[in-house]
Amino acid sequence: MADTTAHAAPVEHTSTGLPSTKLAMWLFLASECLLFGALITTYVLYRGASTTGPYPSEIFDIRYTSVSSFVLLASSLTMVLSLTAAEKRDFARMRLWLVATALLGMTFVGGQVYEFTSFYHEGLSLTTNLFGTTFYVLTGFHGVHVTVGILMLLSLVGMSWAGRLPDDQAFPVEMVGLYWHFVDIVWIVIFTVVYLIPQAKPAG
Amino acid sequence: MRQLDEFHEEAGARGMSDPSEVGHARHIHPSAKEYVRIGVILVILTALEVWVSYSSLPHGLLIGILFFLAFVKFGLVVLWFMHLRFDDARYSRFFIMGFAGACILFLVVLLLFKAFAG
Repeated sequence: MADTTAHAAPVEHTSTGLPSTKLAMWLFLASECLLFGALITTYVLYRGASTTGPYPSEIFDIRYTSVSSFVLLASSLTMVLSLTAAEKRDFARMRLWLVATALLGMTFVGGQVYEFTSFYHEGLSLTTNLFGTTFYVLTGFHGVHVTVGILMLLSLVGMSWAGRLPDDQAFPVEMVGLYWHFVDIVWIVIFTVVYLIPQAKPAG
Repeated sequence: MRQLDEFHEEAGARGMSDPSEVGHARHIHPSAKEYVRIGVILVILTALEVWVSYSSLPHGLLIGILFFLAFVKFGLVVLWFMHLRFDDARYSRFFIMGFAGACILFLVVLLLFKAFAG
């Protein structure tokens, strides 16, 4: 590590010695692990159990979904860059990176809406088969989380603009960032388990 | 790294046995350059994942490689972007608790419904 940046978090006196907001956020993320763990488990459990099509290999477009994955990864980078700007008290740049993160998130959600629409036109609905049910519930839940994250980002930008954030703006940015990165790591797992593994074909 | 050392020195100067005691008031995070470096690694790993998924490797090996790459990406985001590498260890414990719970759920359900079914 070449160099680092430091910032002062709001000092509060708690029995744990840790900021309660941050502790609560990590607890929330731990509970979210269980939620997505259950959804991913259900998808894997019923994979290959559909008796009617369309099947994953018939409708997935890995190249298209790969671009969506790159977009979401890029949004994680812009998120941490906004935190770095906030730590340096460069709030204009912080807002710029937050808006960039929100735009990348919107691109991802837009891509998901397009994907869902095209799958639906190809005959895959929520009730078509087990694949459709588990796929739409898992990726739909993730999409809703991304949408909530976008709303949080835009709220943060608006509050910063209106001067309604505390003097140390890095702390709320860090909290929203934790949520945003969590959404990213969930996608890392979904992308591998749902999209890439069905592509894998036995050699020969 | 220099600032991290200063941070630990400051903790020592204050007579604190555990530098995390001052972590409450002050956090050490990577620089923008470091974040960009991690971002580039993530992009390369994702490209590698996609390339591997199209390769003609044996099915089991292919799944192993894909899971390994996803695990590395997961770790990079959690440790660097979410700062678990730099923050108080108690945050890590909370997250590991949830993550381990999800992994146990996954294994138990699959064992019950796949291995012991019928």
